[in-house]
Amino acid sequence: MKKTGAQIICESLIAEGVDVMFGFPGGVLLPFYDTLPQYPQIRHILVRHEQGAAHAADGYARATGKVGVCMATSGPGATNLVTGIANAYLDSVPMVALTGQVARPFIGKDAFQEIDISGITLPITKHSYVAMDTGALAKIFKEAFYIARTGRPGPVLIDIPKDVMQDSAEFNYPDRVSLPGYKIPTSGHPTQLKLAAKLINEAKRPLIIAGRGVIISGASAELKQLAEKSQIPVITTLLGIGCFPENHVLSYGMAGMHGTGYANKALEETDLLIAIGMRFDDRVTGKISGFAPKAKIIHIDLDPAEIGKNVNVDIPIVGDVKAVLQAMHKILESSRHIEWIRQLDEFRKLHPLTDVRESSGLLPQYIIRKLYEATNGDAIVVTGVGQHQMWTAQHYIFHEPDSFISSGGLGTMGFGLPAAMGAKVGRPEKAVWLIDGDGSFQMTIQELATLAQDNIAIKIAVMNNGYLGMVRQWQDLFYKKNYVATPLSCPDFVKVAEAYGIAGVKVTRREEVEPAIEQAMAHDGPFLINFMVEPEENVFPMVPPGASNIEFIEEPKKEVTAWQRRSIP
Amino acid sequence: MATTKHTLVAIVQDKPGVLNRMVSLFRRRGFNIDSIAVGHSEVAHLSRVTIVVNGTTATVEQVRKQLDKLIDVVKVFDITGEKLTGRELALVKVKASSATRGDIIEIADIFRANIVDVASDSLTIEITGDEDKIESMLKLLGGFGIKEIARTGHIAMVRGSLGTMPEEKATKSRAKKQE
Repeated sequence: MKKTGAQIICESLIAEGVDVMFGFPGGVLLPFYDTLPQYPQIRHILVRHEQGAAHAADGYARATGKVGVCMATSGPGATNLVTGIANAYLDSVPMVALTGQVARPFIGKDAFQEIDISGITLPITKHSYVAMDTGALAKIFKEAFYIARTGRPGPVLIDIPKDVMQDSAEFNYPDRVSLPGYKIPTSGHPTQLKLAAKLINEAKRPLIIAGRGVIISGASAELKQLAEKSQIPVITTLLGIGCFPENHVLSYGMAGMHGTGYANKALEETDLLIAIGMRFDDRVTGKISGFAPKAKIIHIDLDPAEIGKNVNVDIPIVGDVKAVLQAMHKILESSRHIEWIRQLDEFRKLHPLTDVRESSGLLPQYIIRKLYEATNGDAIVVTGVGQHQMWTAQHYIFHEPDSFISSGGLGTMGFGLPAAMGAKVGRPEKAVWLIDGDGSFQMTIQELATLAQDNIAIKIAVMNNGYLGMVRQWQDLFYKKNYVATPLSCPDFVKVAEAYGIAGVKVTRREEVEPAIEQAMAHDGPFLINFMVEPEENVFPMVPPGASNIEFIEEPKKEVTAWQRRSIP
Repeated sequence: MATTKHTLVAIVQDKPGVLNRMVSLFRRRGFNIDSIAVGHSEVAHLSRVTIVVNGTTATVEQVRKQLDKLIDVVKVFDITGEKLTGRELALVKVKASSATRGDIIEIADIFRANIVDVASDSLTIEITGDEDKIESMLKLLGGFGIKEIARTGHIAMVRGSLGTMPEEKATKSRAKKQE
């Protein structure tokens, strides 16, 4: 039976198991939206800005492991998706972005709201399509979803002209794809595995650094098995957080620019670094020449282009992390590294993670620890980008993969609120906390309206310090406290929330923290807490930009009295 | 690190936008493409692209891997250092008077080039060969005055059969690396 292009789009989405999508309509999308009510299986969530749709699809995908779907109209709608697509690309998040396009006869004529979105997104998509034929839609959707979720996941864009949605064609959803140029490595090369196992068996001070690839591959159990069998300490990248339980005796936290001092010391001393599903981002390596200087490196990754890109490695293993770790487990000897672990524990004592010091001001670290206690570490925690993100990474203790959702590669301020929304929609049974900064939060604050309209019950903790805090911190440490363009005047967030129909409370003192968190958790529906935190608190430890990881600076051992100098509004 | 000339051969799907995706990868890495030649291959719907670039071995290898990740790129080979048959075709329009025409034809003969067009004040020569041969002829013709040059860019084929791709080569020992 013939169906219209718009029907074929809906049928294809259903065939791919899509039950929710985030979108914003427009002129060329009207044929689609006109058809959508015929398919009540698809829940459409109307965002307030297309960037929110892309981030929500991203948060949804990370929380569920499924492909996130967002949609925008041609022209400005499509360009508003760009940041969200780039964010998903850099963090390897499976996403299908649908854009409307002007009708075929108008393409190339600079028509109203015409933009070459497939051209614009060329370097930030895993693949893209311009669907110029209604009969090709089903095949395109099949391929797009397959490409988005397999191998190293990523965003795929489908640009669909209005008249392609209106035309009709026979609908047969294909069972399989034929993509001769698309290669997905599977298990690692046996010779490489043997070489790696030999190095691991011989190492005196082995160290695992695990990244988001472990989570994508669903290899947390295999990682734990490997670490325990050979007693290898584990550190993670920012996006690797949660892939290994942080309350495990072999866990030494996150490494890199704001990593723990002991993780960075471990990198300095290790004689064999086993990098798993990570890509040696500059925020985790610091100065390359000072990165793991005494170590041989084994690099396990699915993407051959990541091998030797930033750091030269001794034993590359290209393959799916889960399959490689399973194979590795079979040929590894179990071993003990008592001296090495004792040394790391000594590092931990010497360089403890900035503990919550006594202060009459309200410290964000304290709030995050209280959030951890209140939620038993069982929430999905989503962040924006900045100081609050690093404090969350440091002070919340993550036990589960997919429980920490944050923008890593692109560092997108404004990611938090829509991503948390997407995560909650995907995992309604889980408590979802957004920990955001006042700067980040205001970049996509309009999505509060979406929360209210669809009753998406996330809990929001704004760390409000009246600054673009991370930039201010760099000005403080490296630009002689020249605070230019960082002081931030904020609206009363509780009143803003109230205007959107969302309950909230303001917290200025330490003793109010726990009751406020309890109130938020007990509340049925979204809830906002505006934490008025110490304005000039800095994130430590910190590796100065351009320095080696070992040159991390720790919190000055003095009374920081910034909060006294600046009265809290 | 020293840059050298690399010849990459890619087999790609014959679809709109494929060349755009490939060239964009080179731009991102700051490569200037010396020459790029595209044409049909022995298989229907597949095109063969020959790209000549200057770069360090490591950066060219990175671009090769990135190219290989493109969905529409079926395979890519770096055939630098292989035993190659390489050819380029050039059309050269040279100023020619009745006094110089004989000399020009003689040079063309030496290079086994063909005269494909004769006008009262010019000759057009078609030459095929490797880059050195074409450059040598252009040098000799330079004295007569060259009005126009059109070159196809380098195409190449490995003698015998095209080798399989080197897999999972270790990226040099860590002792020497890291500037």
